[in-house]
Amino acid sequence: MRTELTDTTASAVRTALMRCCQQMGGLTTGVVLNLVVMTDEAGQYDAMKAASQAGREHPCQVIGVIARKAGGQRRLDAEIAVGENAPGQQVLLRTYGELNEHVDSVVTPLLVPDTPVVIWWPGYAPQAPAADPLGLLGQRRITDVVTTEAPRERLLQLAAGYRPGDTDLAWARTTTWRSLLAATLDRPPGVIFEATVAAEPDNPSADLMVAWLAGRLGVPVKSEISGGPGITEVNFDTDGGRIGISRLDGRNATLSRPGEPDRYVALHRRDIAELLAEELRRLDPDEVYGEALATLQATAGGT
Amino acid sequence: MFGVTGDLAQKKLLPAIYDLANRGLLPPGFSLVGYARRDWGDQDFAKLTNEAIREHARTRFRDEVWEQVREGIRFCSGDFSDDNAFDQLADTVSRLDAERGTGGNRAFYLSIPPGQFPVVVKQLERSGLSGDSVSPGWRRVVIEKPFGHDLVSARELNDLLASVFPLYSVFRIDHYLGKETVQNLLALRFANTLFEPIWNRGYVDHVQITMSEDIGIGSRAGYYDGIGAARDVIQNHLLQLLALTVMEEPVSFHPAALRAEKQKALSAVQLPEDMATGTARGQYAAGWQGGIPVRGFLAEDGIAPDSVTETYAAVKLGVDTRRWAGVPFYLRTGKRLATRMTEIAVIFQRAPHLPFNATDARELGENALVIRVQPDEGVTLRFGSKVPGSAMEVRDVNMDFAYGESFTESSPEAYERLLLDVLIGDPPLFPGHEEVELSWQILDPIEQFWASGGHPEAYPAGSAGPASADALMARDGRAWRRL
Repeated sequence: MRTELTDTTASAVRTALMRCCQQMGGLTTGVVLNLVVMTDEAGQYDAMKAASQAGREHPCQVIGVIARKAGGQRRLDAEIAVGENAPGQQVLLRTYGELNEHVDSVVTPLLVPDTPVVIWWPGYAPQAPAADPLGLLGQRRITDVVTTEAPRERLLQLAAGYRPGDTDLAWARTTTWRSLLAATLDRPPGVIFEATVAAEPDNPSADLMVAWLAGRLGVPVKSEISGGPGITEVNFDTDGGRIGISRLDGRNATLSRPGEPDRYVALHRRDIAELLAEELRRLDPDEVYGEALATLQATAGGT
Repeated sequence: MFGVTGDLAQKKLLPAIYDLANRGLLPPGFSLVGYARRDWGDQDFAKLTNEAIREHARTRFRDEVWEQVREGIRFCSGDFSDDNAFDQLADTVSRLDAERGTGGNRAFYLSIPPGQFPVVVKQLERSGLSGDSVSPGWRRVVIEKPFGHDLVSARELNDLLASVFPLYSVFRIDHYLGKETVQNLLALRFANTLFEPIWNRGYVDHVQITMSEDIGIGSRAGYYDGIGAARDVIQNHLLQLLALTVMEEPVSFHPAALRAEKQKALSAVQLPEDMATGTARGQYAAGWQGGIPVRGFLAEDGIAPDSVTETYAAVKLGVDTRRWAGVPFYLRTGKRLATRMTEIAVIFQRAPHLPFNATDARELGENALVIRVQPDEGVTLRFGSKVPGSAMEVRDVNMDFAYGESFTESSPEAYERLLLDVLIGDPPLFPGHEEVELSWQILDPIEQFWASGGHPEAYPAGSAGPASADALMARDGRAWRRL
């Protein structure tokens, strides 16, 4: 069921939303999450789609916000979709004029009570998400530096403004890598002297991976540039030889250990919806990400 | 009905009368006499009523029902001090007894500012309208809040009404008590076995009762300035909700039994030891509410720029009974807050021991039972549940009951229920004068403390209230629920 409202107010949107839900037979009941998506006109289709897909795992109320022209008349338009193609409900808000600065006053009344709030910036994000008026509403704040022009600089900015509850999808992209690496070191690896991470240039996930390994292993971690896609190789140099994982095609990885045959592991690159669903699985602060960011900041400061 | 041209009459009372008629609940011969200063005839009042019904009635407009209502509509024009007009009113009413068979039964609805109560009540007495010597039947008087502005004025008002009407004939309308969800609180507590065993200090950590409005004072400056949020809302609505939440089970639903329990509950209410830390007040400043820039309270029409009237009030109360000793009750109300919402939230204690890893249940909050009074009336039960997946991750989920979903017939408006109760003479949902006085006894010391100095703290319109209210909760290691 779809409804459109033009030149409206937050309370009118709320009333319309409630009416839609009741007519559809009570879909509010299953909502476990408020997901606020700060996007733009170009990115909204993909972002809302990814949010709806993540909603299959976590039925949520998705509130998409698009800030339109900053100049001109203040206005609020809303599109409501309930039970259309995903569980839960979707609201897409477009703000105009001065209202762009006060989006939180529109979003707050629409949040489903007794339900956690997650804010996601698929593209542009404030330098310190936790200090943003909207960011204050969320117990999790998800950014994605990969979509920005200078990901490494953005990552350092995020590190400077980090508060528990922040996370970045560049970090989520390393999750499968990290669990494979951790599993590899479950068997005593011997003494590790050095580690190497190879990735395509300007890859923030690789920066985070280097920082994480350096922080965890306490050994020098070198980064190398490869042809991609994404992270292609992580190697540990130990007293017993080189333990390495390489993934050159973005799908399958090869795990090699000295004196053992190579083994193949599926390690595909995941799409945004999968990453988002994973992020939404835990709503407590990702402390390991915080530590990796701190390490990254410390090493960047040192050089 | 006095004050028929007012906002309340237009939006609620006249439509409620029609809705009752449409549901077949009005007695045959029911007649409505309007009294106002306008130079009108019966037809003009009928037209006004028709417009109000078409715009605000809950049920569908049907000509034959309207015809039934219209036949009983009369209008009397005059000032409240005008003896002739009241004599004419008395005449109209007694003619209705003959014409429509109303049998001398009369209910007087005073939808007027309390300052005008004395003159109207005196006129009712003088013209013989209130007396039962002229004709048989009952006399009832219905009044709206505010029931005074402190204990002394509440007693004066009560004495005034008692001088003309017997106590059992005075109906004080608190429209919150006419709401389905509030009545459902009684059903929830006393018709079920599930909740009552845990409804005590052994399980309840604290209770939050909230009434937040997104609107400002609008055109009510004249009424609101000097009254403030605490007198306007806490004294009546919130303390009534508190009484219904904490009271013991009444022996029956007989009005006297119900009132006795509510009185006991209110008389057990304890004020904070330190008023400075146990109360908070605020005044809305300019800001953004729901996507619209709005003025601050001091800039509203008719408000003095140095007004110290609070538009936000929060208090921490205790209830000194065996059931509730040590459980804090946090009451808050305010205008121009982030959203419109009224609820009673009973927050339960955390489990004494969690046999999980430290991080597994970190997102698990406290169990809560939330009674949503408005909007989206219903009940939510919040508890922890395992998140699907290989890890033992526990997170809060909600079990939800919404009136709009479980009962598809739309609930009657509060005023429908209350007007019908007045006609039937059934007062359990109307607070008695003892309750009103007990409520003032609770509020008066707070008002005196606030009047002793200081200024309400400003909070931006569209926010969740002043910082001092958050600090009040933070001192106890708790936080307000999100608006």
